[in-house]
This record gives sequence, structure tokens and C-alpha cells, in this order.
Amino acid sequence: MASMRDIKRRRTSIQSTQQITKAMKLVSTAKLQKARSRAEDSKAYFNCMYQTMTSLLAKAGNLDHPYVKSNGCEKKAIVVVTSNRGLAGGYNSNIVRLITGSDFKKEDVRIYAVGGKGLELLKHRGYEVVADYSEIIEEPVYDDAKVVATRLLDDFAKGEIGEIYLAYTFFKNTVSHIPTLMKVLPVEAQEAEEGEEEANAVDKITPMNFEPEEEEAVRLLVPKYISSILYGAFIEAVASENGARMQAMDSATSNAEEMINDLELKYNRARQGAITQELTEIIAGAEAIG
Amino acid sequence: MAEKFKLSIISPDRVFTEGEAEFLEFTSTEGELGIYAQHIPLTTILEPCVMKIHNEGEVKKAAILGGFVEILKDKITVLAEDAQWPDDIDVARAKAAKKRAEDRLTAKQEGTDMLRAEAALKRAIARINTVD
Repeated sequence: MASMRDIKRRRTSIQSTQQITKAMKLVSTAKLQKARSRAEDSKAYFNCMYQTMTSLLAKAGNLDHPYVKSNGCEKKAIVVVTSNRGLAGGYNSNIVRLITGSDFKKEDVRIYAVGGKGLELLKHRGYEVVADYSEIIEEPVYDDAKVVATRLLDDFAKGEIGEIYLAYTFFKNTVSHIPTLMKVLPVEAQEAEEGEEEANAVDKITPMNFEPEEEEAVRLLVPKYISSILYGAFIEAVASENGARMQAMDSATSNAEEMINDLELKYNRARQGAITQELTEIIAGAEAIG
Repeated sequence: MAEKFKLSIISPDRVFTEGEAEFLEFTSTEGELGIYAQHIPLTTILEPCVMKIHNEGEVKKAAILGGFVEILKDKITVLAEDAQWPDDIDVARAKAAKKRAEDRLTAKQEGTDMLRAEAALKRAIARINTVD
């Protein structure tokens, strides 16, 4: 049995770790609240953006524009949104697993990293990382997303990449975050949902006009669309990161609590054992003299 | 009294404003537009401009810095990349930005991104005009 002093030392050490995890949990809870309200504030913009894009593509879907049709390049760009700091449970490794587990060939993938952890992990696994925008994820603003979008579209125009994907963690609610891999470019026209169609029935009768013409509109709108998707992903990812960290720290705190209780019990047992032993020794000594 | 339509201006960070209006003026890539209710459905791309919102004899101005407008019969949605009320605009900063952009455009040095400088100039002008 471990000595009383060892047990006590271990317990103190766990207690101080628990204090840290507790504090981190509180911090990430506060950050989560902020990130979540930001994500909610910006939702209106993306929904509207998405709807407009869908209606534009439904109308201009058969355009022979590079943004709509593939440019024939095999390379796939993946924007990987992770965090810069660890201690967030499976948050970062889930995203990485999403990419390593996908059926993309390693040679064809070019990584645009947003977040240091994802960058390190993917680099280690031998993926080609072409750009690092890790500082963005600390405090994402719309202009940052624009910078990344411009870079992506430049590379796309140069023919260095043929498809653009986005890997980020979708913030469903506080306890459930879903790692998501979505295709950003070429944009694919998606079927409008049934319910939506009924709601917009009146507007459906008169078709939407575009000014300038569809082709020009696609050229001007797609960069905005991509910036806004990226911005949305960044914000969702920040909320997810803090949510994941909050959960991880919560379970770490309760694990520490469990260990402390266990050690407390062991310590008491060891203490009692020591007393009993001392007593036996004294009695035995007294008997020997008598 | 003119018929009203619903107007919402949304920027990536927030819902900038939501309410009713009778008439809306702004500048698109194709030129200046004024919209009343019952307009044909139209989606158009915005230049950085001053958006004038007319409602019950009042005119409210806002700087809209790029984005697009979706016009339906009784509802107009503006998706702005950035939007500001006159009170929020730092005129001194906008003037400095305007000067910087103009210098860049006149200097025509190698390696300057002309399109970017031009866009910066347009944004600065839109901001300054909104306050005046």
C-alpha cells in the first residue's frame, strides 16, 4: 500500500489540476455565450445569401462559367478550420479524421489551414499545406474571410486547384457539434426544399430578374458567397471549439473529483492502518516487558 | 401616401435595420436606382454607395459598402458586406482613406492593386457622402 505521504501528495496535485480545469471550463462557457450570440446574429445573412445563390443558380445553372462547371484540375483545396489551442476533447482530431477518412487522394489535396492544431496534425500526416491563416480563428471578422476567399479564387482562376472544400465543425447546439465537409466550388444548384417553395409561392409566379445579366451576376456574387460561407464557418467553428472545450473541461473536472474521492478513501484507510499497526506494536511491546 | 414595403438590411455581423419604407435609393453596378413598392422581382449587385431610405417624409441615410439587393414585390432585402449609420462613421478616417486611395491611383506605381485602390476610394467616398 502506498504511504500516507504519497497519497496526500498525489491528492494535492490532482486538486490543483482540477482547479485549472474548472477555471478553463468557466472561461470557455463565457466565450461560448459570446460566440453563440455572434453565430445567431449572422445567421440571417447566410440564410438569405444561400437562398439568393440557389435561385440564381437555378436560373443560371447551365451557364458555362468556371464557377459552375469544373475547370478540369484534379487538385482539391480544403479549407480546414480548427483551433489554435488544444484541450478541447476530440474537436481538432475529428476534423482531421474527416479528411484522412475521406476518399480524397493525399497527393491531390492542398490544405488551406485556419487553426494551428489542424495544420500540425495534417502536416505530420504528409498533407501538403499551402497556406496558413491560423491567427484568423482567434477573432474572425468578415474581412478575414474575404482575404481567404480571394486567395482561393485566385488559385482557382490560375488553375492550381479544381475544387474547393470546406471542413469545419457545425455548431448544432451546446452539446452537439458536427464535423462537416462541404463542397464550396464549383457551386452546385440544389433543389429547393418543399416547404420553402410554398411560402414563396407568390414570388415564384414572377421569376427573379438579375441585373447585370446572370453570367455577370454569377461572377460578382460567387466571391461574396464564398466569403460569407467561410465567415459563417469560422464563427460556427469558434462556437463549437468553445463548446467542445467546455465539455472536455467539465468531464475532466468531474473525473478529478472522482479521483480525489478515491484517494481520500485510500488515505483514510492508510491512516487507520498506520494507527492500528502502531497500537499493535505498543501492546506487543508492553506484553513482552510484562 | 405611397404604398409601403418591408425593408431589411443585413450585414454579416448583425441585422442592421428592419422596418418599412416607401422609397429606396441606391447605386448598383448598372447605375442609380430608386425603388417603390410593387417593383418587379430583381436582384442586383451594389456599389459602395449612400442608401437613402424614405419613410413618412423622413429620409434616413446609411453607408452601404458593397453587397447586393434582392427586390420582391413587397419586400426588399439588402445583403451588405458592411453597413454604417452616419453617426458611426469616422469622417476623419474616411477622408484619410480617400486621400490614400487617390494618391495610390495617381501614382500608378508598379505592383499597386488598382482595383483594390479604386474600391477603397469608392468606400471612402460613400462614407463621406453619407455624413454630408
